[in-house]
Amino acid sequence: MERDHGRWHLVLRTARTRAIVWQTLILASLALIAWYLAHTTVHNLAERHIATGFGFLSQTAPIPIGESLIDYAPSVSTYARALLVGFLNTLKVSLIGIALATILGVIVGIAQLSPNWLAAKLSAAYVEIVRDTPPLLQLLLWYGLLQALPAARQAWHPLPFTALSNRGLMLPVPHDGTAALHVFLAFLLGAVALTLYAKTRGGRLTIPAIACLIGLPALVWLAQGAPIAWDVPVLRGFNFQGGITVTPEFAALLVGLVIYTAAYIAEIVRSGIQAVPKGQTEAAAALGLRRGAVLRLVVLPQALRVIIPPLTSEYLNLAKNSSLAVAIGYQDLVSVADTTLNQTGQSIETIAIVMAVFLAISLSISLAMNIYNARMQLVTR
Amino acid sequence: MIAWVRANLFPGWISGVVTILLGATILYIGWGFVSWAIVNAHWTVPLTPQGPDTGLCRDTHAVAACWAVMPEKFRFILFGRYPYDQQWRPAFAILLFVALYILSGLRRFWRRGLIGIWIAALLAIGLLMWGGLPGLPFVAQDECGGLPITLILSTFGIAGAFPRAVLVALGRRATALPAVRLLCVVYVELIRGVPLVALLFMASVMFPLFLPDGVSIDKLLRAQVAIILFAAAYLAEVIRGGLQALPPGQFEAADALGLSYWRKTRLIVLPQALRLVIPPLVNTFTGLFKDTSLVLIIGILDLLTAGKVAIADPLWQPFGEEIYLVLGAIYFAFCYAMTRYSRGLERADPQRGGR
Repeated sequence: MERDHGRWHLVLRTARTRAIVWQTLILASLALIAWYLAHTTVHNLAERHIATGFGFLSQTAPIPIGESLIDYAPSVSTYARALLVGFLNTLKVSLIGIALATILGVIVGIAQLSPNWLAAKLSAAYVEIVRDTPPLLQLLLWYGLLQALPAARQAWHPLPFTALSNRGLMLPVPHDGTAALHVFLAFLLGAVALTLYAKTRGGRLTIPAIACLIGLPALVWLAQGAPIAWDVPVLRGFNFQGGITVTPEFAALLVGLVIYTAAYIAEIVRSGIQAVPKGQTEAAAALGLRRGAVLRLVVLPQALRVIIPPLTSEYLNLAKNSSLAVAIGYQDLVSVADTTLNQTGQSIETIAIVMAVFLAISLSISLAMNIYNARMQLVTR
Repeated sequence: MIAWVRANLFPGWISGVVTILLGATILYIGWGFVSWAIVNAHWTVPLTPQGPDTGLCRDTHAVAACWAVMPEKFRFILFGRYPYDQQWRPAFAILLFVALYILSGLRRFWRRGLIGIWIAALLAIGLLMWGGLPGLPFVAQDECGGLPITLILSTFGIAGAFPRAVLVALGRRATALPAVRLLCVVYVELIRGVPLVALLFMASVMFPLFLPDGVSIDKLLRAQVAIILFAAAYLAEVIRGGLQALPPGQFEAADALGLSYWRKTRLIVLPQALRLVIPPLVNTFTGLFKDTSLVLIIGILDLLTAGKVAIADPLWQPFGEEIYLVLGAIYFAFCYAMTRYSRGLERADPQRGGR
């Protein structure tokens, strides 16, 4: 008896046993809590006469949506389509925002290290002010400023055929949309071809560049009958008709996200450049490269390795911050989901959809940036 | 002086052009701002029997700021709808918060006693704000608002998240407990993958469904819970960084002394790991301080929401820019002080960088 007791004691004291006991206890208590929450939730839902499930997605949605990349009509389209519209709006502002924030962030980051005192101080002040105030406050300020623009009748015309008013920025578009799209695709194709050409052949690029970037799109334009008609915004009544409109909501959100995120990207770029050993810059200068070439050919490629991982999380932050749209009435996914859950009461399902979509966005950005990161490491080493 | 200008502003012709362009832009925008905000600004409005007359301010708002809105609204922005004669209480609470921050920043107080100080200070602030004692009449939650709510959400948020974050960070490194580890990884990645706005929505519409009949938690507390869940995930990653930065010899030495896991963690690991991550901890707190402004979306009267509600008043409606600039200055003062502090720590001891 005595010895058996001692052995049991030993078995209980091994790390393995304790690990199993602990984990079982933790999992069991979590399961209990989850069961309890589910139980009360089901009870509460039944009491409030809310049906569970995703059936509401196929009902028609009486949500008015101001801007949409796909066809949508309130009270005709379904909730699923409304959420899709919101999702596309989120993607639109995030992708454009990421591109612009990267450009602005790199410029400001480099400017912070500029020997030009004014440029360095100005960019440092920008970074400091923007990073130390809440993004939502900045967004509200931008939106307020855009709404303080003159009414459509007194609109400003910064360029001919454009109009800037409190209804947004009106821009002319080619009348034949598909033809314009083809010309744009031809331009992209030309850019890809030029990059490939430059990689394999090198040398002087003037003639190939003209052929690829101007000749190819021009050829496509001619092939479609050379359409020259433009849709120009014209004042009718209280608002403009024709052309395309950049709404104040979209513009405020985009400006807010770009300015906020660019400050963080600038810091990342600055510290990335500072992480490149000084000897590299000095060696490049000793070879007789100009400052611009030193930056482009020697410093930035090496800094990129340090920059990419934190840059990825800034891109994620921008995508997540796009949900601030709900505060100024830009109809992104979160905003449409908010209206949906107020109208249908299907809070759990709607929030689950939002979370799943954002997790998917996060994962895809991480994945894309990881692939890019891996390629950078291989190419530069 | 001239040599400095030549070397730093006009070293070459490209740089010189940049200087001139930037200088001209700064002068143009800067002068526009100064003349709007100071030179032309209205500091008072005429008082009529029907109340203040903002007519002139409205007509000239494009060229002149109207600071008369601030004396009218600053009490509301700072304290919300808190009873007027009791407003010394939130004011005192703000001072207590600032004192707590300064105390926590002093190296002398980085010891176990600091936990006690935090608990005491937060209890005192809670009592001060809500009262219910003789001499401190009870004030309902929906009357509280303004700056104290921002400070409460962020400070209670970080304090509530801290123990949870330590456990999650330890759990994520517990190689012997795969199930616990998986739980911690899922928790951190799930929370960090979704925007805070979604979590706040969850808190405001989903939490009530989880509770049994007759039990209800008020909106502020629900938002606080969401903020704690959110902050814990980010904090856990910061603390994990500190755990990873600790030399393995420390763990091995503690094992060799025969210390149990919890004694090892409490006496050897955490005191060192937490000190390593103080700068990123401060940065997390700064981020959380800014992020609490998102409670605007679920309608909690924090500093930013109070500002927005203040300009919903038809009389003062056009003067949002003035209010937002002042709010921006308040947020900036807090965040800038904290950022400078954490940068100072990093510079004083580069080992403490804690990346």
